[in-house]
Amino acid sequence: MPNLTIDGVTVEVEEGAYILQAAQKAGVHIPTLCQFDGLEPWGGCRLCVVDLWRPGWDPDWFKMVTACNHPAEDGVKVFTSTPRVLETRRVVLDLLLARCPETALIRRLAAEHGLPATTFVRNPEPTDCILCALCTRVCDHIGVSAISSVNRGVGREIAPPFHQPPPDCIGCLACAEVCPTDCIPFTSSDRQRTIWGQDFEMLRCSQCGRAHITVAQADHWAARTGVPRSYYETCDVCKRLHHAEVFARLTAGG
Amino acid sequence: MRVDSKAAFERLQATARERAGAHKAEVLVCCGTGCLAKGSKGVAEAFAGEVESRGLGVSVGLNVKSTGCHGFCERGPLVALRPSGILYTQVKPTQVAEILEQTVVGGKVIPRLLYKNPVDGTRVEQYAEVPFYKHQTRVAMRNIGRIDPTDLLDAVAEGAYAGLAKALFEMTPEQVIEEVATAGLRGRGGAGFNTARKWRSARRAEGDRKFVLCNGDEGDPGAFKDRSIMEGDPHSVIEGMIIGAYAVGAHEGYVYVRDEYPLAVVNLTIALSQARAHGLLGQNILGTGFDYDIRISRGGGAFVCGESSALMRSLEGKTGEPRAKYVHSTDKGLFDSPTVLNNVETWADVGAIILHGGSWFAAMGTPKSKGTKAFSLVGKVKNTGLIELPMGTTLRHIIFDIGGGILNDRPFKAVQTGGPSGGCVPEGLLDLPVDFEKLTEAGSMMGSGGMIVMDDRTCMVDVARYFLNFLVEESCGKCVPCREGLKQMLAIFDDLVAGRGREGDIARIERLASAMQLGSLCELGKSAPNPVLSTLRYFRDEYEAHIVRKACPAGICRELTAYEIVPEDCDGCHACFKACPVNAITGTVKELHMIHQDVCISCGACFDVCPTQAIRTLPKAELAGREVS
Repeated sequence: MPNLTIDGVTVEVEEGAYILQAAQKAGVHIPTLCQFDGLEPWGGCRLCVVDLWRPGWDPDWFKMVTACNHPAEDGVKVFTSTPRVLETRRVVLDLLLARCPETALIRRLAAEHGLPATTFVRNPEPTDCILCALCTRVCDHIGVSAISSVNRGVGREIAPPFHQPPPDCIGCLACAEVCPTDCIPFTSSDRQRTIWGQDFEMLRCSQCGRAHITVAQADHWAARTGVPRSYYETCDVCKRLHHAEVFARLTAGG
Repeated sequence: MRVDSKAAFERLQATARERAGAHKAEVLVCCGTGCLAKGSKGVAEAFAGEVESRGLGVSVGLNVKSTGCHGFCERGPLVALRPSGILYTQVKPTQVAEILEQTVVGGKVIPRLLYKNPVDGTRVEQYAEVPFYKHQTRVAMRNIGRIDPTDLLDAVAEGAYAGLAKALFEMTPEQVIEEVATAGLRGRGGAGFNTARKWRSARRAEGDRKFVLCNGDEGDPGAFKDRSIMEGDPHSVIEGMIIGAYAVGAHEGYVYVRDEYPLAVVNLTIALSQARAHGLLGQNILGTGFDYDIRISRGGGAFVCGESSALMRSLEGKTGEPRAKYVHSTDKGLFDSPTVLNNVETWADVGAIILHGGSWFAAMGTPKSKGTKAFSLVGKVKNTGLIELPMGTTLRHIIFDIGGGILNDRPFKAVQTGGPSGGCVPEGLLDLPVDFEKLTEAGSMMGSGGMIVMDDRTCMVDVARYFLNFLVEESCGKCVPCREGLKQMLAIFDDLVAGRGREGDIARIERLASAMQLGSLCELGKSAPNPVLSTLRYFRDEYEAHIVRKACPAGICRELTAYEIVPEDCDGCHACFKACPVNAITGTVKELHMIHQDVCISCGACFDVCPTQAIRTLPKAELAGREVS
């Protein structure tokens, strides 16, 4: 198991862990924006840059890497707040602040790094989307891929195909929930849910009658997992209640 | 004919040579993209028609061949004659009959069709004596212009696949890798990574499925060497890839070609099917039991897809975006399998290295950069085109001896190498021997071998802005420093060229550049500030002039530059009057002309046409104090 030091703290981590996990274990905070436990690291926001030193390198030679996706290797030393790391992070936040001058999360992070306002040209059309791609990645991850990034460079944005209501969307809201700046709008009621311009019929729990997921979600999960659709027709709360009752009976009987 | 043994391959070679030797004379018509654009298809057809109707095929044993790019596109359509070695330039279909009568049959040279040396005005008869060709050493491009790229036998007659036969029949995969190591071959795509090391890692990597790929996604502005190689000698690329696959133990491969290279796709497709039909590719290659096949994948023309990890994602059918390369492609590349990706030119070198030996290749070049390198020489030089030279050749030799010097004999200012990842090398470094290390030390890089020569009528701030503009369009946009950084950098440059530069702009540029270099995800982002930093390093005074004096010293930036006529030099030729697109110039023939500043848009058209250099540029700021004329 790899043994490494983070800002002088020695930690041992699981094989296959990344520097970010090692830092968490060492109690060292590294800021992130496009990282989400359970999704493959992506390395797009560049906020988690750190300086890395490998045994055998000149003592004053470091490589700047992203902590989220760089393997935690045995014997390396990681420095999370060298002047150039902090400066690079500051420029990244400065750039994001120029793009998203009104976004609370970015403003807070920028302020924490000593940036009350951007030093760059402020985006005349402020957006909350930082293009971290968490939404598209989670959508890919659950096997839906209803939305994606479109265009490249400065024209890059997140959108459904051809900017039309996405036919593959199941209305699960995973994209909206994972979004760090809450910039994906949706509405949800007992009857209907709307996201990405697409309306979804809600499915009512067979036990309590609460509208818990969309019909499309039940169809998708049943098809994807092979579990009978009826399993998804009961809400999680009722499933738990049911199990609790079973346990109660068993323990009472024992 | 399927070749299934060493003897059978030797028979194929003999057949090919015999067929080639049957022609007593040959007309080689360049049908590379450049010459085709200038009408060489018509020339080739005219030759074929005339030879047919005159029966010259039988009477003088004449063969007409359409070849790949000879490199000297500027003078196209090019026609070379064998065995006389005569080169005719800018040939028109109407001149074909004359060439056949006078030169091929009559043995007389037609002086007006010969290349005219722009340096001294003399006509050069022999192909090999044209300064553009005289100084070249061709390895990767060894057969281009000599063979018909759509004819496998023609390539075999010139030595194609001999290196492959040697590798498969006489060498172990390890020996192949050692030979490439001896050659000191480094990646010709720009980064210059040691090829043998890459192959060794992929060979050692665990996995049943391995890939050997070719990067034909050449996208630097002004670079076209890979296109010419794929068009003119696709067999050299295929041969190299098969040898590479044998060395690393791969059985599948792709050539990733940008879709803007249609002729390369056509010629590669033909070459692949011919190689397969002859048993040189596919199952049981040359009867040795080794399997390897190649497919073509056409890229959509995104610059970023030339980056290795983005290229592989694109091949997988995903969006072409780079990923972190903390795990190397040789361990986990295409479809997470061990993968070797080399550039077109690198592959084209491999066959020759195996055939002639690693030390033969290593004898050329510099201590750390061996062999030869192809360059696309473009911009303000007299002879533009595609060249191949030993590493270590000086920039001066390339620009002044091969390139013939600067167009219109203006002063040389800088040469841009390495495309958007490279930089500008100034006059003071003209004696720099060109290799991977020296270019990097100079703040530029080898890149795809593009060399854009610039004269004194080039504003270096404007050049940096041009590359920023390119990169803003071509950045994939995945990571923040590259996507947002380029946008902000361009905003600063838009201000500089428009006279809105502020104190502190240079510091702002440097801060941003440093964060992009350190923080970007891929090498394209990390190297994106190079055009800015290299011009800042060598031409800082020009930046300062833009910021402080609101002046463009080169007289290029329109918002900052005014044009005026120097009365004593104007002979009233009226050329400027005709050239001006907005009628800002008044004057009658043989009289002094005048530019009306209120109408002038500072396009510089008058400046470029004036035969007496009577037009000068001045900072617009200086006009302010004058009375309006």
